[in-house]
Formats: sequence, structure tokens, C-alpha cells
Amino acid sequence: MRYLPLTDTDREAMLGVIGAPTIDALFTDVPSDLYLDGPIDGLPLHASEMAVEKHMRHLSKKNLAAADAAFFLGAGAYRHHVPATVDHLIQRGEFLTAYTPYQPEIAQGTLQMLFEFQTQVAKLYGCAVANASMYDGSTACWEAVAMAGRVTKKKRVVLSGALHPHYAETVKTMARFTEDEIADALPSLTPQPDNAGLIARIDEQTSCVVVQYPDILGRIPDLAELAEAAHAKGALLIAVNTEPVALGAIKSPGEQGADIVVGEGQSIGVGLQFGGPYLGLFAVRDPKHVRQMPGRLCGETVDAEGKRGFVLTLSTREQHIRREKATSNICTNSGLCALAFSIHLTLLGEKGLRALAAENHRLACIAADRLAKVPGAKVLNDTFFNEFTVLLPKDAREIVRALAHDSVLAGVSLGRLFPTVDALSGGLVVAVTETTTEEDIETLGNALEEVLA
Amino acid sequence: MTTPNQSGWRPTLTLDRRAGGTTTTGNKALMLEEPLIFEIGNCETAGVDLPEPSGTKDRLGGFARKEQIGLPGLSEPETVRHYTRLSRQNYAIDLGLFPLGSCTMKHNPRLNEKIARMPGFADVHPLQPVDTVQGALGVINELAQWLIKLTGMHGVAMTPKAGAHGELCGILCIRAALEAKGDAREVILVPESAHGTNPATAAFAGYRVENIPATPAGRVDVAALKARLGPDVAGVMITNPNTCGLFEPDLKEISDAVHAAGGYVYCDGANFNAIVGRVRPGDLGVDAMHINLHKTFSTPHGGGGPGSGPVVLSEALCPYGPLPFSELHADGTLSLVEEETAGERHPHSFGRMSAFHGQMGMFTRALAYILSHGSDGLRQVAGDAVLNANYVLRACEDVLDAPFASSGPCMHEALFSDKGFAEGMTTLDLAKGMIDEGYHPMTMYFPLVVHGAMLVEPTETESKAGLDQFIAALRSLAERARAGDESLKVAPIHAPRRRLDETLAARKPVLAWHEPSPAAGIPTLSEQGGS
Repeated sequence: MRYLPLTDTDREAMLGVIGAPTIDALFTDVPSDLYLDGPIDGLPLHASEMAVEKHMRHLSKKNLAAADAAFFLGAGAYRHHVPATVDHLIQRGEFLTAYTPYQPEIAQGTLQMLFEFQTQVAKLYGCAVANASMYDGSTACWEAVAMAGRVTKKKRVVLSGALHPHYAETVKTMARFTEDEIADALPSLTPQPDNAGLIARIDEQTSCVVVQYPDILGRIPDLAELAEAAHAKGALLIAVNTEPVALGAIKSPGEQGADIVVGEGQSIGVGLQFGGPYLGLFAVRDPKHVRQMPGRLCGETVDAEGKRGFVLTLSTREQHIRREKATSNICTNSGLCALAFSIHLTLLGEKGLRALAAENHRLACIAADRLAKVPGAKVLNDTFFNEFTVLLPKDAREIVRALAHDSVLAGVSLGRLFPTVDALSGGLVVAVTETTTEEDIETLGNALEEVLA
Repeated sequence: MTTPNQSGWRPTLTLDRRAGGTTTTGNKALMLEEPLIFEIGNCETAGVDLPEPSGTKDRLGGFARKEQIGLPGLSEPETVRHYTRLSRQNYAIDLGLFPLGSCTMKHNPRLNEKIARMPGFADVHPLQPVDTVQGALGVINELAQWLIKLTGMHGVAMTPKAGAHGELCGILCIRAALEAKGDAREVILVPESAHGTNPATAAFAGYRVENIPATPAGRVDVAALKARLGPDVAGVMITNPNTCGLFEPDLKEISDAVHAAGGYVYCDGANFNAIVGRVRPGDLGVDAMHINLHKTFSTPHGGGGPGSGPVVLSEALCPYGPLPFSELHADGTLSLVEEETAGERHPHSFGRMSAFHGQMGMFTRALAYILSHGSDGLRQVAGDAVLNANYVLRACEDVLDAPFASSGPCMHEALFSDKGFAEGMTTLDLAKGMIDEGYHPMTMYFPLVVHGAMLVEPTETESKAGLDQFIAALRSLAERARAGDESLKVAPIHAPRRRLDETLAARKPVLAWHEPSPAAGIPTLSEQGGS
């Protein structure tokens, strides 16, 4: 009960002011036959700080932490080093325990940070405007599809087969209820993404083409070619990026003509956290599309003394104003994750992000060369950033499970991502970051050789 | 004339105050101005140690980035100072009472932060083999069991990432259940006092939204609702306790009527903190309800998010819940039902509504909070939250109009209106006056059913002494508003910024920093060489 400041004496005094005999008497509107007059059976009573910490530590120890393994998982979530400064700063109570900045005069800290974050994301993506963040990459992807429908007034959505299948599933789930028609495909196991196949599926009814960059197999598609083909049919190109560190090494989607760029920001500042909370990034290349964007936007203005200040703006698009006519029902953002992203990116800067990206790519090249030497294994990709696909002669799910017993977390099997497609079952998506050592790479190579022998 | 002391300090010296109280730097002692990172950083500085350039041939296939991105860097000390200075421009629950009705800002225990950062939770990938994440699944399962038992429901979908995402999940469950019966219905009924997200959610899920009026007592007009039920109504979205701060005593009757008409009841559970441990929504006939973990079980708002909105489901809706979900086996092991195994074990799921398993970092915090309070403490949470709100209501109702004060005790929030203010004085003025008194303002102009609404939610983590000071401030502001005190019109005067021009921000949106024309001698971001 250490979080409750009222004493019984306080409670008595306050009930006296209210004119109620007991706290229970304040619940008279609850039907008396349904009112619970004591703690619920079968649930434990309150516990001390020490006891709770012990219990949670016990649960925590049942997980194999990435730091305790040779670790190669990616597929939408990446393990990077986060400088200690990031976590220190986001734990400042004035950031951590602040609310949505609806009272701008006393929320300039959060608002200025969001303005800086929006600018950083827009630059990284090669876009004009980014919003103040979404729940995560997959929901940002769905919102981009919905937005393309509003902009083009068309209903046919062409998904690349090499879009992260969880993202594709999220889009398909939501489209069931909005009557969008989804044209999806499976990834082709080719060294280069199948742009021609994707372009062939675009027609006059297409609202948008959704393509991942780099894609789920780690390949880097030519977005300029796709943008041209989409625009020729009056469709928008939506580029999805799940690894923002890659954008320190490869061209931005915006500069190649993508109309909406969305992605997962987890890699920069946020950490793995078993899948959430993560950070959805959302940007548009053309500023005229701003009023169709979902989510919060922070804008610059002046105060009554003419000083620069920041406010949440264009909220007439949002649910609390427009109710059923809003651009989205989204009602929050990932403010604290956006802060972590922004701090980490500020620590990196242009120079640091480029160096970090180069190091990721260098180590990934070493890993690809090492794994290509494993008898029976073949590296699929011609192009990649820090993630690539290895084709194995047996079901990669079994191999991943077997290696995990020796604390080798080998990667994400395509069988886990595409369980119904037997042709993909030998695929293993391997991700490498600056946290991977050359020793880890050797460990993985040796372990694969052993399990395939 | 005072004699100087040994250090030469003379307390009665006239201050050398510049005109208008301005300073050369723009700073005022501890109130510090801070430029944007784009104005103080440059493309050559990094606050991290970098690996040596490798020079190996890349395999980027001709997509290597050549142009400069334009991202400024700051050294580590500059970064710490920039964000620390920014943080000081923010109000936060750690600084004081945050009486935002319906938003529920309460103390955030730091134990929960410590636990969420344990490597076994923070440094685990969502797609690791299930054998290696039994503890993480254990957290999900243990939290799920608490949510089910506290709500009296049958199951819970853990993946929704925020309250509004949870609403969407619940409505999609309803839609999937109706479709499974071949029953295509088109309408969702939403009472006037519902959260703004409710109609947006229903519309997003493809439904037509129809409003149901409120009674003069601030509750759902049950007769009007019953009269509208029919074969085209998929369900009702109701908020309980509602946004007038009142419990809906007729919810069971409403649920029975909706079920008899073949529809389902969605309850917006944003205000569950008012009734946790006191009444179970399942007993009131609710089919689906999201729980904002950050509100009821106190995970930090972080300046706007992240949230987390698990949805508890009735037996009728459980089969339709989203993937993935966790399953507990007789031998105590936990498994994950994903696309791979859903066909056998969860065949009617409406599918996936996001990547991965939900807001794990919020689950650990919420579970730690729940275990700390226990079932006895959670019951006390609701009791103290309601006690504090009624205390504020009764202590202010003689100076502030409380439109539903005679409707019975309020729940966790007290609703006031601007009735009685002098001509020209508004709720906004009073709220901005709160800022000068050192408080975050209450929720304003919501709910819409009351003119100039002020919704005050003190929560259970405020002391009586703290409330007494807040009440004194609120009463004094109310009296100034009634008296037409013009000085309120220019409040706040003590905040880091005076009133901001929101109209300008919307008319001429500036949503990203743009480089000003370069001043001679100062290299701009684009003039500095990219690598």
C-alpha cells in the first residue's frame, strides 16, 4: 500500500466533508448484488518491493537474453548498442511522467523534442513531413494503406511478396473491414527482388504498392523503378523500412520517389523488449498530403510575447475533434520511444549514423562470406545491408531450435514467418549488427556446420 | 545606508534590471532557453565512439547513399545538457498533481522501471524460440490471469498497443463473431458521453455510427437506446464509469437488451481504475473491454505514449481474438499460438493486428504494479480514487457549478462547468490560471454534454494535504472567474511560454525545421561536407 498516501484518519475526515459514512457508500450506483465487498478470491494480497522484485527477477531469468547468446535475429526487430545516456535521459521524470502535450505552455520540452524528432525522421526518409510517431512499424504500414485509399479514392492494394509477413497480415486484417482489396504474393527466392512481377500487378484500380526496403529477405529493391510504375497508374508507392540504421548507408525512399514512407524505429534507441513498445515512423514526401496523415503533428508557432514555441497542430484531422470522420482512430503516439530515438540519433549525428551503418554492413559481409562456406548452405542475396537469407538443406525451424540449446540464436526461420509455404522452409534470415563479434560469426558458422553434417 | 559585509555583498543595492526584465542570453536564472539541435549541432560531431572506416567493397547494389542526410550531432555532454534543459520546460506527475479527468495521471513507481530493464525482459527478441522466452510468456500469462479475474471475463487479447487500438480489437471481435453467424449488421450505437475515439473506431471498422443521447442526470438514456435496438445494430460502445464521472447503474439492463437483440456490448475501460476490485464488468454483461494498463496499473505516459490496451473478452467473443496469444499447458509450460498453429488451436481468430506480441515493456510494469498492490490494494485504489474525487467535488461545488452533483457520488473524477463565470471569462482562462498556480490544468471542454466542462481527476496517489492546497487554488481561481478578473485572460505569466498562437500553427503549418538563409562565416548543415 506504499503508493497510497491517505491515512485512515484522512479518510475519516474526508468522508466527513463529503457526508458519507464509508467509502463503500460512494459506490451506491453499483447494483448491490454485484458489488464486491472484499478482495477477489484466488488473487494474492499486496507484496513488498523486495518480494515483487524477487518474483519478477525469477521470471526474467527464465529468458535467454540476447547478450548471453551468439545472436542473429532480425526480421523487424534489431539489437543495437544503445548509449547509456539515452536511458538516463528518458528516465528523467519530466519526460517519463509527462502527459500528451495538450497544454503547450508547460510542455515545451516534449513539444520541442517532437519537432526535432519529426525533422530527423523527415530527413532520414527523404520526405517533407513526418508525424510525431505511431504505435509501431506494422500499424504505421496499415495506416499508410488506409491513407492511400483516402488520397487516391481507390481500393486495390498491391503488397510485395517480400513485405514482412506480420505487416502484410496486419494490413489484411484491417482491410477485411474496410473493403480494401488486397493483392498479395509470396516472396520469390531470387538473389534480387522481383520488381517486374510486382509492377505487373499494378493496374488502374490500384491505390498503392507496398514494398519493404530492404525487404524481408534482406535484399534492396529499386524503389525508383517501382515509383515510376506506380505513378504511371495513378497509385502511390509506400516504402516500408524496418531497419532505420540502413538509411545511414542506402538512399532514402523519399529521394527515390516513394510517396509515403513508414517504418519501425526500434533500432535507434529503443531496444528489443520482446516486441514492444516500439516506434512507428510515418512520413510523406509531398507536403500537400499532410492533411490526410494519421497521428499527431507538432508545429512551430509564437507565444503572446513573440517567442518561438511549439504546439500540437492540425488536430482537426484527429478523432477527438472529428469523431467518425477522423483520418484514423489512433489516439496516442510512442512519445517516450520517440524521445529515445531522437536522443540516440542526436548522439550519432550524420557522422555517427554513417559510421554505424558502415560497421553493420562490414560485419554482415563477413558473416555472409563465412556462412557461404558452410557445406550445404547457400547465401541467397546479391544485395543486402545488415541482414541476408541463407538457404539450408533442411527445415530451418528445426535448426534454430536445436542451436538455441547451445545459446546460439541463429536467426529467424522463414518457416516461422511463412508457416504454410513449404518451399520457404529452408530459409534462415540472419541479421548482424555492431553488437555481433567476429567470434559470434565463427560460432554460428561452426554450429551450422555441425548440425548439417 | 547598509555597511558592506566582508565579501562586499550589499543586500539593498538597486538591481541593474534590463528593460522588461530581459537578459542578454534569453535565460532567466533556472529558466533556460534552449535552441534546436539543428541550430547547435553539426554534421562533424558525434557523441559516440565510432569504429574506424573499413573501406571494404559494399554489397548495396548501387543504392549507397551519397547525398548528405542533414542530421546534426552533439557530443555527449552537449546532448545531456540539451535534453536536461528541455525536460525542465515540462510539467510532469513527478512535479505535482495532474488532474486530467479521463486521462488518469498517477504516481509511476520506479520499481517498475527497474524491472522492465532486467535483461531477461529488455534484451529479448520477439521471434526467439519459444523455449528461450518462457519467462516473458510467463509475464504475459500472469498478467492475463489477473485481468481476467479482476474483470470477470473469459479471456484476454494482449496485443493491442493502446486504448484506441484495443477498441478496434474489440469491435473487430464483434464483427468477426457476427460474420461467423452470417449476420451482417451495419450500425454501432455510441452514447453522447463516449470517448472521441469510440465513433472513430467504429467508423474505421466499417460501421455506421449513431449517437444515443444522455439524460439530464448525465447517464445513457436507456429508453432511447432500447428503442433504437434492432437487427441492424451490431453493438453498443459504452463508457463505464462514463465521462461525466458517473457509474452507469443500468449497464446490466442495457447489456441484456442488446444481447436479446443479437448485438454485443463494448465497454470503454479507460476508467477501470474507478471500479477495479469493486465490481466486475463481466457481471454487468460486457462482451469486450479494453484496459489502459498505463492508467489503471500505472505505466508512465512518457509525454504521450506508449500505451497498452489489452482487451478482455466474454466467452462469446473469445474464439475471435487476435493472434498471437499465449497458452498455458498442464505441465506449466507456455506456448505461443501464432499463424503456424492457429488453425488447430484458434481457428476463428480475426488475424493479426500488429507485428509481435504487444507492449511487453508495459506488461512487466503493470504486473509489478498489480503484485505490489495485490487484490486488497487494488480495491483500495478504486476506493481512494473515488474518495479523492468526491472530496474535490464537495469542497468546490459552492464556487464552481457541478452539473451532476445531485446525481449521486461521482466516481474517480469530478465534473464542473463554467456556469456562473463573469461575461467573457472562459474555462480556458481558469485552466491557464491553474498553470500559474503550479498545476497542470484539468481536462477542458470534455465531455461535450456540459458547457465549458472541467473534468478533474485527482487519482488515489494524492495526499489529503496536497488536495487541500489544490482545492484552495481551484476555489480562488473560480472566484476570480466569477468576479471577471481580467488578469486571468493573460495567464499564464509564469510558464516557460505565454499563451501560444495555435491558429497560426494550423494556418501556416511549420512541421519541420528548415535551414535559414546562411549567415556569413557560419557553415550551415548543407555546406559542411558529408562523408
